[in-house]
Amino acid sequence: MELPDLGPLWLTVRLAAITTLVLLVIGTPIAWWLAFTRSRMKPVVEAVTALPLVLPPTVLGFYLLVFLSPNSLLGGWWLSATGSTLTFSFTGLIVASAIYSLPFMVQPLQGAFEGVGRVPLEAAASLRATPLDAFFSVATPMAIRGYLTATVLTFAHTIGEFGVVLMVGGNIPGRTKVVSIQIYEEVETIDYAAAHGLAAILLVFSFSVLLGVYTFNRRFPVHVV
Amino acid sequence: MDTLTTDVRVSYPDFTLAVAQEFPGEGITALFGPSGCGKSTLLRVIAGFERSASGHVAFGDEVWLGERSFVSPHLRGVGYVFQDARLFPHLTARGNLEYAHKRAAGSRARYSFDDVVDVLDLAPLFERGATQLSGGERQRVAIGRTLLARPRIMLMDEPLAALDTRRKGEILPYLSHLPRAFGVPVIYVTHALEEVTQLCDRIVALADGRVAATGGVAETLERLDLTDVQGRFEAGTMLTGRIAAQDSSLYLSRVDVGGARIEVPQIGLDVGQYVRLRVRARDVSLALRRPEGMSVRNMLDATVLRVDPEADSAFAEVLLDIGGQHLRARVTRAAVADLGLMAGHTVVALVKAVSFDRQALPREPKAAE
Repeated sequence: MELPDLGPLWLTVRLAAITTLVLLVIGTPIAWWLAFTRSRMKPVVEAVTALPLVLPPTVLGFYLLVFLSPNSLLGGWWLSATGSTLTFSFTGLIVASAIYSLPFMVQPLQGAFEGVGRVPLEAAASLRATPLDAFFSVATPMAIRGYLTATVLTFAHTIGEFGVVLMVGGNIPGRTKVVSIQIYEEVETIDYAAAHGLAAILLVFSFSVLLGVYTFNRRFPVHVV
Repeated sequence: MDTLTTDVRVSYPDFTLAVAQEFPGEGITALFGPSGCGKSTLLRVIAGFERSASGHVAFGDEVWLGERSFVSPHLRGVGYVFQDARLFPHLTARGNLEYAHKRAAGSRARYSFDDVVDVLDLAPLFERGATQLSGGERQRVAIGRTLLARPRIMLMDEPLAALDTRRKGEILPYLSHLPRAFGVPVIYVTHALEEVTQLCDRIVALADGRVAATGGVAETLERLDLTDVQGRFEAGTMLTGRIAAQDSSLYLSRVDVGGARIEVPQIGLDVGQYVRLRVRARDVSLALRRPEGMSVRNMLDATVLRVDPEADSAFAEVLLDIGGQHLRARVTRAAVADLGLMAGHTVVALVKAVSFDRQALPREPKAAE
């Protein structure tokens, strides 16, 4: 077994880490709104957030390609603002991954916030905590397991991304060539030895992360009275 | 001392709360009534948790709810003790207390962190997590936490309802100290007359989302038309008396009520202290003459003030005067007829010593009335 090319692996980990951070920021308010709103728009927003779960990555990738291309409003603005395209770039991959992995962040968080409920927030308000203060000092620590699950699922799901990346990012070494595409390429060229190496790394990594999460959840159950 | 003024309306499909009531800025006001009468809803409106409420809520000259104004709950300075304590599960008991203390840093502190910890005896619980506390301990920490937020008024929503009788007995004395020790007025929601009798200075009685009666504890409890609000089983009156003697060999206390002397299971207070006693109407029997050879310990000379037969029932309520204080007796209409009871008659009211509540808290002579 020859040593695998680790460039794509490093790119993948960076992509997953940045996507997870971006989604923590974007997903938290969406999940909060979904958990507490009484608006009639709630099912619509829920359906839109869940779309990436059911759409074939090719469909999602196709639309993203259309909306991110330099001919589109967003893509054109990005090109004139930064001088580079959103398609076939690392930035474009982050945008695509954030949309692709959105439900993996929003759904666990929404569940966690619903589990916290209004009750402790009312208690916090009666103790003079502002809503933002109550969010950070009460809701976040009480929803910490939801955050852990959401972070790990988002990270792992982004690592495993294939179709959308292929559609939006193509296969540019060092910029958009992630592990899954590298493995695909190696298999296509019948280089099973190289494919084995990367595939094994991904398998062991994913299992370790999941094992770590479930062990943590078992050892530190959060009691909510 | 700021008065809390409410004139509010909350409508649900099957229930409407419409209350216009002032709450004095001192002492403990009981918000009393059967389950589902709107007590908790009113409390939530005052706290600002019920966004669908319309009308007017003001504390002193500060308007909390108006036609176009709504002050957020965290800006009202309202302390809220929930029935289920609602301690933060990710913090220890001390963490919960400090949570409130830190956030009240700007408000005028008439008492310190340690004052609260001392009065409620919280130091031994400090390092325990919210889930490692018993129900009563949890509620004590919750009360301490609320006090440390330095509230301008404290709302308590059946804080003892989830506790068994013994735990209730442990917490009652702490509660009775609050207004005097910390200068915070309390609105106390309950459907337990025992708590009203021991703790409260006045009653606002709710029924079906409306104020049914309001006034001093004794005068409100003796109103016969409030039997439904009190519940037929528990309806009665309150007597105020002074402990005249303790009989430790027989475990009895003798309490002076007006001129009469009432014998009750021993109350753990000193001779000379004032207490309130609750007497249920169904525990009072009437006789024309002092009977002999009976186990009943209390035979009180009384004058009939009023006889109210209940429509379509076997019963009548008789209001009695004993030395200026009032008793209610629930007897059958047949008995009223046989004894020929009418206003102005003198009778003997019989009350078994075992019918009194097990616990009585000391009252100041003035506040006792």
